[in-house]
Parts: sequence; structure tokens; C-alpha cells
Amino acid sequence: MTALAAQPWLAVAVPLAVALLVVVAGRALGAGVAWLAMVAPASLLATGIALLGGPHSGNALSIPWLVQGDTSIRVGVLGDGLAALMLVVVGVVALMVMMFSIGYMADDPGYTRYFALLALFSAAMAGLVLAADLVALLVAWELVGACSYLLIGFWYRKPSAAAAAIKAFLVTHVGDAGMLLGIALFFVATGDVSLAGLRSAPAALGTGLTTVVALLLLLGAIGKSAQFPLHFWLPDAMEGPTPVSALIHAATMVAAGVFLIARLEPLFQASATASGVVLAVGAFTALMAATIAIAQSDIKKVLAYSTISQLGFMFAALGVGAWQAAIFHLVTHASFKALLFLGAGSVIHGTGSQELSDMGGLAKKMPLTAVTWIAGALALAGIPPLAGFFSKDVVVAAVLRGSPLAGLTLLLASLLTAFYIARATRLAFFGTYRGVAHPHESRWMMTGPLTVLAVGAVFLGAAGPAIERLLLTEPEPIELGVAVVAVLLAVAGGVFAWWRYAGGPVPAEAAPVGLWAALKGGYGYDGAIRRWVVRPVMAFAGGAYELGDRATVDGAAEGIGRLARRLGGLLALLQNGDAQWYAALIGAATVLLVAAALWAGR
Amino acid sequence: MTGMPVTLLSAALFGLGLYGTLTRRDLVAVLACVEIMLGAASLQLVAFARAANALGNGEALALVLVVLAAAEAAVGLGLVLATVKRTGKSRVEELTEVSG
Repeated sequence: MTALAAQPWLAVAVPLAVALLVVVAGRALGAGVAWLAMVAPASLLATGIALLGGPHSGNALSIPWLVQGDTSIRVGVLGDGLAALMLVVVGVVALMVMMFSIGYMADDPGYTRYFALLALFSAAMAGLVLAADLVALLVAWELVGACSYLLIGFWYRKPSAAAAAIKAFLVTHVGDAGMLLGIALFFVATGDVSLAGLRSAPAALGTGLTTVVALLLLLGAIGKSAQFPLHFWLPDAMEGPTPVSALIHAATMVAAGVFLIARLEPLFQASATASGVVLAVGAFTALMAATIAIAQSDIKKVLAYSTISQLGFMFAALGVGAWQAAIFHLVTHASFKALLFLGAGSVIHGTGSQELSDMGGLAKKMPLTAVTWIAGALALAGIPPLAGFFSKDVVVAAVLRGSPLAGLTLLLASLLTAFYIARATRLAFFGTYRGVAHPHESRWMMTGPLTVLAVGAVFLGAAGPAIERLLLTEPEPIELGVAVVAVLLAVAGGVFAWWRYAGGPVPAEAAPVGLWAALKGGYGYDGAIRRWVVRPVMAFAGGAYELGDRATVDGAAEGIGRLARRLGGLLALLQNGDAQWYAALIGAATVLLVAAALWAGR
Repeated sequence: MTGMPVTLLSAALFGLGLYGTLTRRDLVAVLACVEIMLGAASLQLVAFARAANALGNGEALALVLVVLAAAEAAVGLGLVLATVKRTGKSRVEELTEVSG
């Protein structure tokens, strides 16, 4: 353990080796390959626990990289409290997801590929949280993005999955381009990219440049965490296997944006503009995504928009500088949202459908799934004493102090949160079964992880003070007023949904009109993007292709060829096969040459 | 310049031969015109030898040329005969196999 604490880079190296080993030995091991792959998250978990016990000041390893003359970038690992906490979260969720996947993916022909990618993702995620500088962080950041792409498109023969993978990759990279620019600007201005030097950076940068750098880096976080206006890739990402959604698109990778801003806290602290943007983006996204979630008919889409909304809560907290609260919510959210996703996976496994209208009454047929799901749902809704209540209370209280308007927005979003999750619960687990399959409880390999995560969703709230102390801040007591209002709102939303969906799906929702249709379609954001961004870009690309490639490059190449042929044709006219013509030319040439020689030798 | 009239005659003969070589369409006629040019050259050699008071050398060279011309005519006619035998064509404009 102490060895791990001293060498935290092992948390990156071991999963990487495991990923390679899974690829190499996959065929030989057969189904047992999953157990080998589980070594990867286990090493994250072990390192995280070791670091929790060790000194949190950060025992950084630092090696020069990309040396150019006397400039170099120092990359290394930084095992502080935040990194340790993230390692534990990622390790536990990844372990549970892998275990769940053994059952869920049992019959899939891509079994080995799946576990290799999950192991690789563990390595990348460990690299992301342990990175001691922005460059190493960016490398890991891109690597988790690549894993996400590969896993969304895991069933690549399905056109919608392939399209969703490309969409996710492109949209997040809009943000990543900004992030790259931000890091470059930061390096040019300060000559340093280490996170340790961040505290002194704002003074060196000046207010204006600090804001620009912070906003560019924020763009990367917005893309990764699916915040408005780059939120629309996450619902499509549900094309991937459900356990992947639980791990990458709910608990860990999408939370990386929150982690990034928490890491860059000195930068955002120094720029009121950048913090304001974070707050506005977070609060707006939290409410917007929650409104969309209430109208979704696909159980995974409900959870996807719920994730966007919850990440909005965290961003709002980051915007008022309460990054410890955001991380606390990140931890509890990782637990209950991974639980909800795996629960949805279990339901999908049992019923063969993702539509809420095909479910109903599953509590009797899948009791353990139902109980754990309800624990996750109550945690998400923020009902005490579950984990979500505590973390959401800290977040909402902090935001209310910073900006009452944003705080009220979050309270409204909490109301909607309770509504949509109660709606999904009512439609899936209660009433009578409406589907055609014969649902059955999943095997212990799947219900086991559900149980573990449910324990987290129920009890993690108690870990709040410990987490805040780990992040070097004093824990705050529950704000009773905020808590009472939030809980009352949540109960109101939940009870209303329970009453409205008591008789199964509301028929009007099947063929939505007006506002409900707008909500179900995510306000037509996809269409707008297609119309105002994708189409102009495609038109521009088409034009650039015609003009730049076809006309200029191909034109030049083909033109040179055509010119040579033309010249050749002209010269060929001289060679007409008439011997007398040749003789005449020789005669003329002789006369010319002799004349020239005479004239020159005059 | 005592040799001037002879030189002019030689030049005229050469021009005539060249013109014939380039314009006559029958292979044998072309060959005959080539002989005329060769004759012009022989004449000029003798004229130059005389003008330079180097009697003997020029005449010797002219004699060699006559022998050469005879040999050339034999080879040339042989080629013409072979061509006619092979292709059945004896006119220049018909023999354009190397046209580009």
C-alpha cells in the first residue's frame, strides 16, 4: 500500500498493461478475460486508498518532456486528496460495471474487445486524475475521449451506434480544440503548464488573459461534461452498451469536466467573468436538461438528460467557487447514477426493451433490481437521508449564497428531477406489465454490483464531512431552510408524478403535441444544429473540396499532364514519317548552324 | 578569284541536287539527285585544289569520291530494290512507317 502511495503512476501503468494483456491473451482465456480486466480498476482503487492514507500535499513525479532547447514541458503525477478521491470513485464504479458486464455482455461476440477497452479506459482515467500538468491531463483527456468513442460505437455494425460515436467525438472535440488553445496560450504566457504553478499564474497573466485562458479551458470542460451548448452528444451516446453508459457517460468521464474546473480553481477564482459563465452554463443546463428528461419515453434517455442536468448542478457550484461541494456531488452522483444506469441495464436485459411503455410492474418480477433502483431514484431526487440529499443541499446552499437567481433555478430543477425520476420509476416498476417478453430477475453477477452501489447511494451522504476535509476545506453544517424547501419541492414533484402516472403511460404522451413534443425532442436542438452548423460546414467543406482540391490541386496536376500531351502532340506533327521532310529539316538546320558558326567566328 | 565560275556551277549543281532530293517522289530519282549533289562536291574539290595550287591532293580526293559514289549508288539502289520487294512501294510518300 505504501509502495502504491509512493508510486501513484502504477495506477496508470498497471491498467495499461492489463489492457494489452487482455488483447493478447483474450482468445486463450475465453470468458475468464473479464477477471483479468478487473485487475485494472482494482489497481486504481488500491492506489486511491493508499493515497487517501498518505500525505495529501502531493508527492509529484516530474520528468521533462518535449524538450526544445531550454524549453520543456514537465509531465508527472500528482497524488493529492482530489486525485485519491477520484481514483477511488473511478475504481469502485469501474469494478462494479465490469462485474455487471460479465452477465450483461455474456453472449456478445465482442466480449474481449469490450473488456480491453474498459481496462484501457481505466488507465486513461487514472492518467487524467493523476496528471500534474495540463499537457499530461490533455493526453489522458483525449484518451478517455477515444475510449468513449470506441465504446459508444461498440456495436459498430449498427448505423445509429456508429453515427452516435462520431457525433460524440466531433462535438466533444469542439470543446477540446478550445482547451488545446487555452493550454497553448497558458504556456506561451507563463512558460509553465504545471498545476502546481497555477496559483501564481493569474498574477502573471493579468485579468484579461486569465479570463481568456479560463474560458478556453472551460470550453473543453463543457464539451466533456455535455453542458449547454455542447450537451447534445450525450443522449445519443446511449447507443453504447448500458454498463458503458453507467461508467463513462454517467459516473466518470463526463464528470471529468467538473474535475478539470476544480483543478483549475485558482484560475477561475481570479476571473469573475469566467466564474460567471460557469455558473450561468451550469444553472441553465441543469434546468433545461431536467425539463427535457420529464418527456423522454426511453429509460436510458431519461437518465442521460438527468446526467446532463446533474452535471449542471456541479457546474453551478463550481461557478460560485464551491468546488468541494461540486466534487462531493460528483462522488454521490457517480454512485447513484451508475446504480440507476446499471438498474436500467438489468431491466433492459430482462425485458428486451428500452421503452418505458413496454415495462410496468417489474417490481414483482425483478425485486432486487427494483429495490436498488428506488434507492438510486430517492438519492437522485434528494430525499433524506440518502446521499443525494446531502450533496445537493451543499450545492444548492452554496449557489444560493452566490447567486439567488441561479439557486432558485436549481431548486426548480430539483422539483423536475423528482418528477422525472418518479415518473420513470412508476412506469417501469409499478402498475401492470405491458411488454411482450417474460421479464426475470438478473443473475447475482448483475444484482451484486447493484447492491454495492445502492449501499453507496444510501450511505455516502455521511462521508460528506470526510470528503470536504480531504479536499482541504471545513465541512459546513446542513442549511436547514434550504434543505426543508428542497425536500418539500422534491416530494411535491415526486408525488405529482406518482399520481399522474398511476394508470400507466398517459396516452397523450405517445403522440406528443405542443410543449410536450418540444420537450421530448430536446427543443429541436439537434435539428437546429444540423441546420445552422452542420449544413453550412458541410457546404463550406464541399465548396473547399471543389475549389481547393478539385480545381486547384487536381487541376494543377491534371493540367501539367494535359500540357505535356499537347506539347507532345505539337512536336509529333514534325515527325510525319516523310523522309524528305526530315532531309529538308536537316538541310535547313545545317544552313542555320553554319550561318551561326560563321557569324560567331567573324 | 580564278575558281569563281566553277564554284558557282558547283553551287548551282548542289542546289539542284538538294531540290531534287527534297521534292522528287520516286526513290530512284531521289537517289539520282543525291548523286548530283555528290558530283557537285567532287567538282568543288577539284576547283579548290586548282585554286590553291595544290594539284594532286584534290584530284586524288575526287577520285576517292567517285569510287565512294559508285559504292553508294550500288548500296542505295540495292536498298531501293529491297524496299520495293518487301513493301511493293517505290514512292517516298508511301513510306511513312515511322510517322509520330
